[in-house]
Amino acid sequence: MRKLVFGLLIIAAYASCKSNNGKSTLPIYGSRKAVTKIVDGKSVTDTVYQTIPQFRFVNQYGDSISNKNLDGKVYVADFFFTTCPSICPQMARNMLKVFAAYKNSADFRILSHTIDPKHDSVPVLKKYADKLGVNGNTWWFLQGKKEDTYSIAENSYLVAVKQDSSAAGGYVHQGYFVLVDKQKRVRGAYDGTEAKQVDQLIADIKTLLAEPDPKTTP
Amino acid sequence: MRYIRTIAAVSTLAIITLLIVSCESNTSLEFKRYYSEGAEIYQTRCQNCHGNDGAGLSALIPALNDSTFLKKNKNSLACTIRYGLKGVININGKTFDENMPAAELAPMEIAQVITYMNNSFGNQLGIVTMDEVEADLKNCK
Repeated sequence: MRKLVFGLLIIAAYASCKSNNGKSTLPIYGSRKAVTKIVDGKSVTDTVYQTIPQFRFVNQYGDSISNKNLDGKVYVADFFFTTCPSICPQMARNMLKVFAAYKNSADFRILSHTIDPKHDSVPVLKKYADKLGVNGNTWWFLQGKKEDTYSIAENSYLVAVKQDSSAAGGYVHQGYFVLVDKQKRVRGAYDGTEAKQVDQLIADIKTLLAEPDPKTTP
Repeated sequence: MRYIRTIAAVSTLAIITLLIVSCESNTSLEFKRYYSEGAEIYQTRCQNCHGNDGAGLSALIPALNDSTFLKKNKNSLACTIRYGLKGVININGKTFDENMPAAELAPMEIAQVITYMNNSFGNQLGIVTMDEVEADLKNCK
């Protein structure tokens, strides 16, 4: 009997370890609400999660990029400016690792938004991308109205940071990499200056890429 | 008798060895102090851009492992750190033309961080003293 209990304990311990380390799902951040619909005469309650709203920016090639370009894609968003002397080089170094891991994945994108659009024009962003060694359409450097960039950063992308931290404001300047799933829901935020967190991000992207494609509803 | 002789020989050898080691550590002690202080300065003031391994960042920020460049520009390194750098430079056969910001460091700190850089990332260029840095700083362009 004792042996049996001991054995069960080991199995339980193993199972709990496994569910902690090899987590197969990531949390969904942002606000949520329950919506009740009538399906086939029965009322069904569904949870509707906060998603990244419509946006339109211009990338380093001068192409217009909107939320539609990210339909069905897993992507990482961050906020930077090309002349930033402090944390940005460290962020770029780490984002290059993410880029190297997924640059050939058709369902993956990186969106780096400049928060200094006055200086970071399209040609400046192109030159920056070239010097970083980034080509192709996996990693876009986006430019738009400053207030649009700040608004989407604070209200949409950085919800995970707001939720997890008691610190007030200034998130945009803190170098977060925000992970967004195929349904445009925020699934994680990682310190882009910390190599360990970026390794976790690289692992979590794989998890999200394995999630089923969203239904092609509105 | 033979036994005693052996002991005497061994202890003489040990004493000589000790003397040599301590002499060496007198000169290398200063180097070690410079190097370890320099490592800390590097981490707080240089690492964000040049990286913890001194590898730089693609074609934006140069690596610090070009010993030929470091040797050739030995006397202007202090000025570069103190007042920053503008214009085109050539490192490891690659061209860089971004601005490097100035670092408000004292001559001693500059000497320490150059000593660290000059003996890390594959460089082996020895110590740069505070006196040398002070002399170099007088000739900044």
